[in-house]
Amino acid sequence: MTLMTMVLKMAEGLEKTCAIFFLTLLFSIPLGMIVALLRGSRFKPISWLAKVYISVLRGTPLMLQLIAVTYGPYYLFGISVSRNKLIPVVIAFAINYAAYFAEIYRSGIESMPVGQYEAAQVLGYSGPQTFMKIILPQVIRRILPSMTNEIVTLVKDTSMAFTVSYQEMFTIGKQIANSQTSFIPFIVAGVFYYVFNVIVGFVMGRVEKAMSYYQM
Amino acid sequence: MSILKMTDIQKSFGDNHVLKQISLHVDKGEVVSIIGPSGSGKSTLLRCATFLEKIDAGTITYDERNAAEMKNGKCVYARNLNDFRHIFGLVFQNFNLFPHRTVMKNVTDAPISVLHRDPKEVRALAEELLAKMGLSEKADAYPCELSGGQQQRVSIVRALAMQPEILFFDEPTSALDPELTGEVLKVIKQLAEEHMTMVIVTHEMSFARAVSDRVIFMDGGVIVEQGKPEDVFGDTQEERTKQFLRHYER
Repeated sequence: MTLMTMVLKMAEGLEKTCAIFFLTLLFSIPLGMIVALLRGSRFKPISWLAKVYISVLRGTPLMLQLIAVTYGPYYLFGISVSRNKLIPVVIAFAINYAAYFAEIYRSGIESMPVGQYEAAQVLGYSGPQTFMKIILPQVIRRILPSMTNEIVTLVKDTSMAFTVSYQEMFTIGKQIANSQTSFIPFIVAGVFYYVFNVIVGFVMGRVEKAMSYYQM
Repeated sequence: MSILKMTDIQKSFGDNHVLKQISLHVDKGEVVSIIGPSGSGKSTLLRCATFLEKIDAGTITYDERNAAEMKNGKCVYARNLNDFRHIFGLVFQNFNLFPHRTVMKNVTDAPISVLHRDPKEVRALAEELLAKMGLSEKADAYPCELSGGQQQRVSIVRALAMQPEILFFDEPTSALDPELTGEVLKVIKQLAEEHMTMVIVTHEMSFARAVSDRVIFMDGGVIVEQGKPEDVFGDTQEERTKQFLRHYER
């Protein structure tokens, strides 16, 4: 197999890699916000549940969560493993990343000076108005660097999907490496991930710049 | 007619009894300055008046309506405190402008989205107020682009744009250097001349003497002495007040 065929075959899997990446972001970013808000709830049982959620999902391997979500339903309830593995893969990634995002949001929310809340309160803003208009826009600005960090990690973590044989780029690369007894596919995979992350870094850099029109 | 009546207010933080049975009534058009050493409870009194702190006991009445009152020995707040919040404005020591928004948006957003006033009218009022404070050309600037004195003037405009009946100032110049202090005091003085009802917690004695109708000296959570500025400063009765004012003589 020539290098070109290897690259082309692996590139086919990139579509699925991108699917994991974008769908995970699409679901985990809002889910993380919900978890963060629940964690900050004054109602103790709810904030405790959110804490347990974060603790478990951050405290166990993503690989294990992928296996649990993909095959768990079969072992527990006899439900056959869904043919489209994208669904369990994205669920596992989304709930895992939501836990990390929730903690990033919390750090951002807690870093807000209390004076911002007080000014909003005296002006009569409601709780949701204060959060949406005053707090959240500033929190986003504050947490962008940590978010970039996490998103870069997500790009590389998509390779974990090989544990459930989801045919994304790395899984295909690993198969080629095995059948051809070649190390080349791993180098190709490394280049793919690196380029992907250079793009992520560039985009996030632009977003950060666009938001730095004011100083804290 | 009193706009604000605070009666027998008690407030503790843990074991620290900050306000001991204190009362403050403010009439329409009156300018009241509150002076006193740090920790005397002046700022806490303002924070209680603006609902940033909840009182333990006492009554708070705005325009003859109870915002907080005693029922069966317990202090109970009115259900919807937002019905009262448009009556007063508060200017903070640290300005607390919203850094992600322009001066114009800082000033106009609350009247539009909280009080549901006509955006056009609000903007016109904001422009007028900014012009009055010499900030016309700063309408599109962000707070970080302004000096401390300008930021504090914007925060005064933000409070005024709500068209409050009474304005509270919590040490409005304490975060400013002497040069910038002057421009902020000038603006407050101007408001006093227009008979804006104001309660000002301040360490600027000569300013308090010049603008106030009444000066209150607080210490240890009680009002030690109050009266016309010429009496409190010129004919001080209480030994504790004399002792405090001595620090400002040179």
